[in-house]
Amino acid sequence: MSKGMTVKEPFLRIVKRDGVKRSTRLLTIAISIFAALIVDALFIFLVTGLNPFSVYGVMFQGTFGNRMRFSWAIRDIAGLLLVGIALAPVFKMKFWNIGAEGQILMGGLATALVMVYVGDKVPTVVLFLVMLVTSILAGALWAFLPAFFKAHWKTNETLFTLMMNYVATSIVACAVTILRGQASSLGKLNMKTKIGWFPAIFGERYTINILVVLVFTFAMYFYLKYTKQGYEISVVGESENTARYAGINVKKVIIRTVTLSGAICGLCGFLLVCGRDQTISVSTAGGRGFTAIIVAWLAKFNTFTMVLISFLLIFLEMGAGEISSAFGLNDYVADIISGVILFFILGSEFFANYKLIFRGKKAKEVQE
Amino acid sequence: MECAIQFKNVTKTFGQVVANKDVTMEVYRGEILSVLGENGSGKTTLMNMLAGIYYQDSGQIFVDGKPVEIHSPRDAFELGIGMVHQHFKLVDVFTATENIALGLEKSERFDLKKVKERAREICDRYHFELDLDQKVYTMSVSQKQTLEIVKVLYREVDILILDEPTAVLTPQETEKLFEVIRNMQKDGKAIIIITHKLQEVLSVSDRVAILRKGEYVGAVPTSEASVDLLTEMMVGKKVELNIERPEAKNRVKRLDINHLTVVNSDGIKMLNNVSFDVYGGEILGIAGVSGNGQKELLEAIAGLQHTEGGSSVQFFPPFETDGVELLGKTPKAIRQAGVHLSFVPEDRLGMGLVGSMGMADNMMLKSYESGRLFMLDRKSPKLLAEQIKDSLGVVTPGISTPVSRLSGGNVQKVLVGREIAESPVVLMTAYAVRGLDINTSYTIYHLLNEQKEKGVAVIYVGEDLDVLLALCDRILVLCGGQVTGLLDGRTTTKEEVGRLMTTVNTVTGGSANE
Repeated sequence: MSKGMTVKEPFLRIVKRDGVKRSTRLLTIAISIFAALIVDALFIFLVTGLNPFSVYGVMFQGTFGNRMRFSWAIRDIAGLLLVGIALAPVFKMKFWNIGAEGQILMGGLATALVMVYVGDKVPTVVLFLVMLVTSILAGALWAFLPAFFKAHWKTNETLFTLMMNYVATSIVACAVTILRGQASSLGKLNMKTKIGWFPAIFGERYTINILVVLVFTFAMYFYLKYTKQGYEISVVGESENTARYAGINVKKVIIRTVTLSGAICGLCGFLLVCGRDQTISVSTAGGRGFTAIIVAWLAKFNTFTMVLISFLLIFLEMGAGEISSAFGLNDYVADIISGVILFFILGSEFFANYKLIFRGKKAKEVQE
Repeated sequence: MECAIQFKNVTKTFGQVVANKDVTMEVYRGEILSVLGENGSGKTTLMNMLAGIYYQDSGQIFVDGKPVEIHSPRDAFELGIGMVHQHFKLVDVFTATENIALGLEKSERFDLKKVKERAREICDRYHFELDLDQKVYTMSVSQKQTLEIVKVLYREVDILILDEPTAVLTPQETEKLFEVIRNMQKDGKAIIIITHKLQEVLSVSDRVAILRKGEYVGAVPTSEASVDLLTEMMVGKKVELNIERPEAKNRVKRLDINHLTVVNSDGIKMLNNVSFDVYGGEILGIAGVSGNGQKELLEAIAGLQHTEGGSSVQFFPPFETDGVELLGKTPKAIRQAGVHLSFVPEDRLGMGLVGSMGMADNMMLKSYESGRLFMLDRKSPKLLAEQIKDSLGVVTPGISTPVSRLSGGNVQKVLVGREIAESPVVLMTAYAVRGLDINTSYTIYHLLNEQKEKGVAVIYVGEDLDVLLALCDRILVLCGGQVTGLLDGRTTTKEEVGRLMTTVNTVTGGSANE
C-alpha cells in the first residue's frame, strides 16, 4: 500500500444474505446445473470429441431408459436414503459419525451368518425376526462404542468411527473366507434353498426394502420434529451448555442417538443382504455410509428433501455408468462428467447464502 | 484545531443491517473525543473502518485532508491510527515484550532487547505501570489493557482509538486510565474513546460525538453537555433516568449458602468458602470485576457446577420449614424437587437460549418434558411465546424466527420473559442489561422490581456500580472468589464497593493462590 495514493476499492466483497428464500435457493441450484452442463459439454467436446447432447441423452437413459433401470434406480435410492435417514439425527446433533459404512457391514454380516447357520433350523418368520434383531444389535454396538467413549471421555468421534470401519471390513473379509470354504468365491447364500431371502413382491425381492425406507422417511421426520427426543437432539447439537442448562443429560442423549443411528444402519445391512444381494462381501455397504453424509447435510436433515438428493446422486451414478459403456469411454471420464455436476450443485450453496459485490457497484444497487 | 480525520458520507451494511449510514464527522488533532451511542448504534463499526478491520461500502475517509484507503490494520498504522479493541488480542503465553514485537514490519530486525528498550521508554513517558517480562496469562485485565495501549503506541500512532476501555475496570483503575489518556493528550495525540457510559464521557473528554442507530446525530463540547442532553441525543427522546427501589418487605430466607467452594479444571479456586443468605422480597446485588467467581456462584446454585466437599446450598420453599439441598443435583433434579429457581445466564444465546430456534421452541427448553408420553406439547409454548411477545414488546418477525436474528435487547426480553413466566421463588440474573439500550435496560430493572415486590428473591450480578447502588437492597462484593463485603445498597458508596472489589489478589494473579 503506497500511503493511500491510489484510491481503490477492494475488487470483490462477499456479503451474507439474510434469510435465504426457498425460491432463491431453487434458482441457484437450477443455474448451477445449467452451468455444470455447459462446462461438461465443453469437456466432452474438447476431450472426447463426442456430441455433448447425445452423451446427455444417454446419461438420461441410465435411469429412465427402461422399466428395469428405473426399478434399479428406485432400489438404489432407497438404499442410500435409509443411510441418510440414519445419519440425520447424529449429524443434527453435530456428532461427526463417518462410521455408517462399518455399521452397515456389521448389520449385513450378522444377517448373513444367521441366514447360513440358523436358516434351516427355525421357521421362516422366526428366522427373519432373528436376523432383524441381530443385525440391529450389531449395527447399534458398532455405533455405541464410539458414542460411549465420546460421551464419557470426549474422544474424537470422527477418528473413532472411521477406525471402526476398518475393523468391520476386516471382520467381514475374514467371515467371507470362512463362509466360502473351498469355493473360489462366495456366491449367493443359501442359493438352492433361498432360505432367508425376501419374497418377491411385484416381481422384485427389494420391494420390501423400498417399503421399509418409505416408512422410515416419515418416521424419522416425525421423530426429529415432534418428539421430546428429537427436541433434545436439536438442543444438544446447537449448544451443549444450553442443553445442560435445560437439564438435558447430554451423555445420555449422545449415546442414545448415536446407538439409534447405528441400529438403523444395521437394519440397512439386513435389508441389503436379504432384499438386494443375498450375499455378504466387504463391498456390501458400497460407500453408502459416506455418500449418505452428503445426502443428510445437503437436505439439512429433512428426510423428504433427502429423497430428492438421493435421487440426484443415484441418477448421476447410473448415468455415468451408462455413458462409459455406451461410448466405450474410460470410467474416469464418466466420473468427471457427473463429478462436475455434483461440484456445481454443492458449490451453489455458497451463492445461495452469499452475494458477491464487484468493484464499482453503487451502494444503491447493493441494497436493492 | 487541525482536522486529523474526516469521515464523509460513510456507509457500512452487514446483509440487511445498516451499521453506519451516511456518517460525516471529524476528529481533531490533540483532542479527546468520546464517541457515544447505545449498543448497536454503530460506534465500533465506524471506528473499525478507521482501524482497517472493515472497509466502507460507500463514502470516503480523509486523513489530514487527503483521501485514504485503509484495507488492513497495517495501513492504519502507516497513517498513524491504532485501535485497542474491547476484546484483547494478545497471545497468552507470550510476555508483554513478545506481544509488542508481534507483527512488526518484516524489514525490521527481530531484536527483542531493542523492542523492550523502546517499550520501556514509552511506559516512562506516559507513566504506564507495566512489567515487560510478565506473561500475559498472569496479568489482570487492567494490565492487559495497558499492554494493548503500549503495543499500539509502539507503532507510533498519533490517533488512538479505545473501544469501551472501562468496561472491565474498577473505578480506581478507570481513574488511572484517564490519567494516562490525559498524558497522551499532552503529548499531542488524539484519543477517541468509544463508550456508552455518560459519566466517563463527561469526566474525560473534550468533545462528544453521538451516534444513534448508525447515524451521526451531532457533536457537542463536553463543557456544554449534561447527562440529560446526551441521553436525549443518544436515545432520540427524553428518558426518565431514575431507577426505583421499593422498600424490601416480608423478607423470608430463601437460600442459605454455606462454605461454597469451587475449583475449576485447572485446579484454581474460583470460589473460596463463600457463605451468605438470600431473602425473598429483596434484590441482592453481586459486585465484582468480571471473572471473580460470579459465574461459578450462580452456576453452582443452578446445579451446573461441580462443588467441593463441605459446600452447601439450602433452598427454603414457601410454606415449608425444611430446606432442600441443591448441591449435587442436576438442573432437572432441582426442578423435579419442586424448586422454582430461574436463571438468566450471562451467555444468552450460548446457554439460556438456542439461537437457531424460534421463540416458541425456546419457551419449552425447560418444560419440554411436560408433553404426553414421548411427544412434545407444541401448543402451550406457542401461547406463552405470543404472550411474552405482546407483554414485553419483543420485536420479531414471528415466534418461529430464530432468536439469534433478533437484536440483543429482544433476545434478553425473550430469556427474562421465559424465566419469569415460570413464577420463580429465586430469580438469578447475570449481567442482565449488558449490551442493552437504555429503554430495554429500564424495562429489565422494572421487571426485577416487580418480581421483588411479589416476594421473589432476586440475585442481580452486575458490572455497572451506579446501577447496583441504585437498584439493590444489599450488595455482596466478590473478589478472587471470596466475599470481601456485604453492604447496604442504600448507604454504601461507589468508592467503598470499588475498594472491596480489589481487596484480595485476583484469581488471574496466577498459581500463588494454590
